[in-house]
Amino acid sequence: MSHITIDGQVVPFEEGQTIIEAATAAGVYIPHLCHNPEYAPHGSCKLCTVNVNGRNATACTFPAVEGQTVCNNTEELNFDRKRLTQMLFVEGNHFCPSCEKSGNCELQAVGYHLNMLDNHYPHFFALRDLDSSHPDLLLDRNRCIFCNLCVRASHADGKDVFAIAGRGINKHLIVNSASGNLGDSDINVDDRAAHICPTGAILVKGTAFKVPIGQRRYDHHDICDMSAGEQHGE
Amino acid sequence: MANKVRIATTSLAGCFGCHMSFLDLDERLVPLAELVEFNRSPITDIKHCAPCDIGLIEGGVCNAENVHVLREFRQNCKILVAVGACAINGGLPAMRNSVPLEECLREAYLDGIGVENPMIPNDPELPLLLNQVHPIHEVVKIDYSLPGCPPSADVFWKFLTDLLEGREPGLDYDLVHYD
Ligand code: SF4
Ligand code: SF4
Ligand code: FES
Repeated sequence: MSHITIDGQVVPFEEGQTIIEAATAAGVYIPHLCHNPEYAPHGSCKLCTVNVNGRNATACTFPAVEGQTVCNNTEELNFDRKRLTQMLFVEGNHFCPSCEKSGNCELQAVGYHLNMLDNHYPHFFALRDLDSSHPDLLLDRNRCIFCNLCVRASHADGKDVFAIAGRGINKHLIVNSASGNLGDSDINVDDRAAHICPTGAILVKGTAFKVPIGQRRYDHHDICDMSAGEQHGE
Repeated sequence: MANKVRIATTSLAGCFGCHMSFLDLDERLVPLAELVEFNRSPITDIKHCAPCDIGLIEGGVCNAENVHVLREFRQNCKILVAVGACAINGGLPAMRNSVPLEECLREAYLDGIGVENPMIPNDPELPLLLNQVHPIHEVVKIDYSLPGCPPSADVFWKFLTDLLEGREPGLDYDLVHYD
């Protein structure tokens, strides 16, 4: 079997695997948000940036190649990741104390993992719409980080409910229905797309705040210590 | 102890929840009082800052007075600390930022359910509201931040004991929460 090294640890890989896939199989955590092992990579959040043979690359898109030397858990890369996470926080409107996803949110979990204590940048306070038209689902665009996972999951569901439109501060998630409302789309609460969101942007109604503070997924457990399934909320 | 560390605290656009959480130090307040003294703070009712070692700021800025108070703290405190979600990112008061100020005032004082004697308060003593609520690091330089809504008493304890004992302050995983 072929091998790469990640922070000096020998990691085997199979032909065709990306660096993050090889790392995950070996139990090595590389911070990520837009990557989910179920779907093709998107490479947009840049959180999984690692150093491969001296050059930075996104581990979720970069193929593992025999003999690569990968640096992952370094102070410099983690600092860059913290700044990227802070950008995600100030780009949206993340008021965790009032968010149903709090404690089970991957964006938050990555912030905790990176010991992010402030948001560093000025806030945009972008105007983002909230869509509560669906009987079972809530779409709060304030918390969307454009990871594209709902788009990919909806395609895998055999539907085409979501897409990302617009640029810069006006970038937003759009819904495929005549009215543009989620309630008029063909998404169903049982769809994978209804459960894939790493943040509190797509939520199942009637499930909020069920788990007490202190017992939520990331309250006392660093995401880096979890299995791949647990990291993504299973 | 001759030279106590001098601390000032204030709540800007906050709910005093962070101050209440600070008081959750309970019996740890006794040894803390041996080492520190409070200057301007709701605890002492001193109205203006003397030169201080540490300033703890709860809440973001939502009006002109908040900005003045924050600048007074920055001028007088060697170390200025953003305490809690509202100081760090505006917090729940900043949820009004997506609504034009006039609409907020209309809803609260004119059109809201149960409003009696509808009238927008206009006493000249009232500080003018800012169009949006801002985190404090957008106005002055901040040296440290203590996240949480509110940060727990353990967070205050860890931070202050680190500083008092000459260590670089740091928060372990269990002490970092955004809610
Ligand atoms: S989506 Fe996550 S980071 Fe954003 S407000 Fe909700 S809990 Fe906080
Ligand atoms: S709604 Fe959620 S899953 Fe979809 S792009 Fe936004 S953050 Fe990603
Ligand atoms: S996880 Fe690789 S770019 Fe987002």
